[in-house]
Amino acid sequence: MANLKDIKKRIGSVKNTQQITKAMKMVSAAKLRRAQEAVVAARPYADKMQDVLSGMAMRDIESDHPLLETREKKRALVVIMTADRGLCGGFNSSIAKAAEAFVKEQAEGFEEYTLRIIGRKGNEALKRRPNLEIDKVYENLTGNITYATASLLGSEIVEDYIEGKFDAVFMIYNSFISVINQEVTTSQLLPISPETEQADDGAYVADYIYEPSSVDVIESILPKYIEVQIFRALLESVASEQGARMSSMDSASKNASEMIDKLTLQYNRARQAAITTELMEIISGAESIK
Amino acid sequence: MAEQLKLEMVTPYKRVLSEEVDEIIVPGVVGELGVLPGHTPLLTTLKVGELTYRKGGATFHVAVNWGYVEVEDDKVTILAETAEPADEIDLARAKEALGRAEAALKKLDSEDKQFRIMEAALDRALIRIQVAARKAR
Repeated sequence: MANLKDIKKRIGSVKNTQQITKAMKMVSAAKLRRAQEAVVAARPYADKMQDVLSGMAMRDIESDHPLLETREKKRALVVIMTADRGLCGGFNSSIAKAAEAFVKEQAEGFEEYTLRIIGRKGNEALKRRPNLEIDKVYENLTGNITYATASLLGSEIVEDYIEGKFDAVFMIYNSFISVINQEVTTSQLLPISPETEQADDGAYVADYIYEPSSVDVIESILPKYIEVQIFRALLESVASEQGARMSSMDSASKNASEMIDKLTLQYNRARQAAITTELMEIISGAESIK
Repeated sequence: MAEQLKLEMVTPYKRVLSEEVDEIIVPGVVGELGVLPGHTPLLTTLKVGELTYRKGGATFHVAVNWGYVEVEDDKVTILAETAEPADEIDLARAKEALGRAEAALKKLDSEDKQFRIMEAALDRALIRIQVAARKAR
């Protein structure tokens, strides 16, 4: 039978852990709400931009802008978005797995793949893997997402792409479905293929006057479109991270309660047994004197 | 023809405003441009500048930073990276930004990459101050 004191100690330590997981859950819940609001707030902007682009595709505007051109499939850049911190269930590992699989299976049929990682955890998971080339790692970026961050990432990617370092750019991130549900999403960032993004209905058929010209307008919108895509993905990723952490901390707290219950039962049994043994000793002692 | 225009202004952070207005003047990339009800469909990019709209007898000013405007069926949609109504501008901060940009520009060579960034920052600060001043009047 386990020592009474030992069991008591374990109960104490599990209780402490539970307090921490509970606190982390509360923090994540608060952060999640903010992140969710940001995702919702960014939606109209991104949607409108998509509308305009698909409107242009429908009107068959010819542009030989480099961001639209499909090149020979040689090198692909894969931007993956993870968190800086752990304790959020499968959030980081599922992204790392997806990225590894993407490269291993040579998805989309490229010859070489390069990873660009956002988030410390993604880097930790992937840096030691052989056959993975990582060109840049961004850490401590996801704490406070601003449009400027996305804009910076976007312009770097666009620059590298135009220079010809990469022939296509993909993003792998967790998209936010609900608090308990995140989905690993792979999307193509570059080259932009507006024809695949269908307009929902035929509402956008009016002929526009473009100022200065249709080509100028579309070409100034394209880099912004990339930024918006990244911005949106970052926000989704952050919201997913908080959601994942919240649900994993919730289950951790539940597990801790269960454990405390079990240990308390064990403790009480041990105590009872100790009392019984003591009684037996006293009684048998008394019997022997008679 | 509708009597009024529906103005919608969105930035990556939020929907700034959604209102029925009488007239809008936007800082188009090729020059200022007024939009009245019944305007032909139009799509143009904006530069850093001041956007003005009239509603009833009142005139409102908004500082916008890169974006584009789409006019269709008396609906005007403005997508801007930032859009700040005159009464939301923090004048002290704008002045500070102006000072910073000026100081940086003096030090930099005009060939520098940084130069263009600071120049853009200067433009933004100037517009903010200009727009904020409109409110005071």
